[in-house]
Amino acid sequence: MIEGSAAEIADAVNARRVSALELTNALAARIDERDGAVGAYLARTTELAREHAARVDARVAAGERLPLAGVGLAIKDNMCVAGTPTTCASKILADWVAPYTATAVARLLEAGAIPLGKTNLDEFAMGSSCENSALGRTANPWDLGRVPGGSSGGSAAAVAAGEATVALGSDTGGSIREPAAFCGVVGFKPTYGRVSRYGLIAFASSLDQIGPISRSVADSALLYDVMAGHDPMDATTVERPVEAAAPALRDDLRGVRIGIVKEFGLAELGAEVRAVYERAYDDLVKLGAELVEVTLPTAEYGVATYYLIAPAECSSNLARFDGMRYGLRVERPDVGATYEATRAAGFGDEVKRRILIGTYALSSGYYDAYYVRAQKARTLIAADFARAFASCDAIACPAAATPAFAFAAKTDPVSMYLMDYYTIPMSLAGLPSLSVPCGYVTTPGAHALPLGLELSAPLFAERALLGIAHAYEGATRHAFARSIPDLPRAAALR
Amino acid sequence: MESREIDVAYVAKLARLALSPEENERFASQLGAIFEHVDRLAGLPVGDVAATAQVIPLRNVMREDVPRPSLDRELVLGSAPRREGPYFRVPRIIGEDA
Repeated sequence: MIEGSAAEIADAVNARRVSALELTNALAARIDERDGAVGAYLARTTELAREHAARVDARVAAGERLPLAGVGLAIKDNMCVAGTPTTCASKILADWVAPYTATAVARLLEAGAIPLGKTNLDEFAMGSSCENSALGRTANPWDLGRVPGGSSGGSAAAVAAGEATVALGSDTGGSIREPAAFCGVVGFKPTYGRVSRYGLIAFASSLDQIGPISRSVADSALLYDVMAGHDPMDATTVERPVEAAAPALRDDLRGVRIGIVKEFGLAELGAEVRAVYERAYDDLVKLGAELVEVTLPTAEYGVATYYLIAPAECSSNLARFDGMRYGLRVERPDVGATYEATRAAGFGDEVKRRILIGTYALSSGYYDAYYVRAQKARTLIAADFARAFASCDAIACPAAATPAFAFAAKTDPVSMYLMDYYTIPMSLAGLPSLSVPCGYVTTPGAHALPLGLELSAPLFAERALLGIAHAYEGATRHAFARSIPDLPRAAALR
Repeated sequence: MESREIDVAYVAKLARLALSPEENERFASQLGAIFEHVDRLAGLPVGDVAATAQVIPLRNVMREDVPRPSLDRELVLGSAPRREGPYFRVPRIIGEDA
């Protein structure tokens, strides 16, 4: 049963064929069994999970029907859950306990989801491999010698390993889509402003967005429908009605035009990877879609634009970590030295690097040349997408140029930043975008490694986007074509 | 936006980050490489297009000025590194030595 989809689980719990508590206990046992090898979780909230499960069972017994009744949820550890540690995988917040619950989490729990624990991430969501976590190491369940992707690597690995039915991630430049691709699961970033960020610890405020990670498109749609919509606690959420996506999932692509980006030619990819994407585009056609070539001439400036805007915003957002009101403090005789020592001890390399990039880009004399120029580039990138969507309903491209890479394979920051080449432009334009499994490549060690097809749509076209992804998934079933290898037993965090 | 030596020690001072000499050297070289990549933006003619701060058409958002409960004070002070009664205790800020 714990292998079932969120909808199947909720149906079974609502019909009282199985209790939320039984399912919660079964998932806890599964985590015991597998997480020693995978390391998806930084903290488990098993007691809280059982309390929620008991409450769900009581509500169902009283006649309520809950859309996520008993569905085991893993939560990226940059989202607050009242009374539980929320660390951002950083030493600066290692001992901090959240005093309130993020809106997105609260909505899922109210709908019957069960909070299983907090998952690993690159520190403050800055990274593409989870290697920047200061608090844990997460491996890719498909090959334990490889990274799960990042920054929502723990959430993607948890879902891929069956240690959660669904998970929450956050995506600033690809942090849901890239790990979902690396772990062979679905990862969906809604339109900027669609899902409340109240209780999400901010990294880059003009880009951050919460979204679901799941084993199927339908499960992501189910979570999205529960989470999306205006929240008075987040002034950046849009007051625009949410059209439920789950009822609009479709099985074919007749009449759908899919844009293939001229600048994202497959020729530069490795032969095996290229073959997977060529087949994916063919499969779209077989389902009835018409492929049209679109051009995004500014997309090649995406990474450069992003690495000015996101660090600039991060340097500002992370100024709040000064050791005064919460988190780590390294006491020095005066306040300035206390700030400096606290931040030096509390932040890891990548966070320091991005704070330095952002501070430099915003500093006197460089502000116009860097930050303002990047914001203008962003306008051009968004305009390119708007033009492209005049001739297509969605854009298809690789989610990443390679499958998951080995630990410590990328030592220079720029090569790591380029991992998000295909995901960053959509983030800069605020578009809804997802990764859906589209096949495998095999490594010399004979491991199958999943790849993800990225599908992106115009602002607020989540319903159409999820419908298209569902049709593709249903016809190919790549997410279920193979299963992860047997994992070695190792002691899991209790 | 020609390549330039970045004075990392100065930037770190602005960012309130204490860096070791080793970090200074390493970050200077890494930032050099990062800005070399970022400098390709100079090749994109941006002209006088408007800057985008964020992509969604949102104007100033107002709410009714209605008092409502805030977070519990004990809960919030409970996560302070140091407290004194109902206050955060912080290093001396005002004074001859500050």
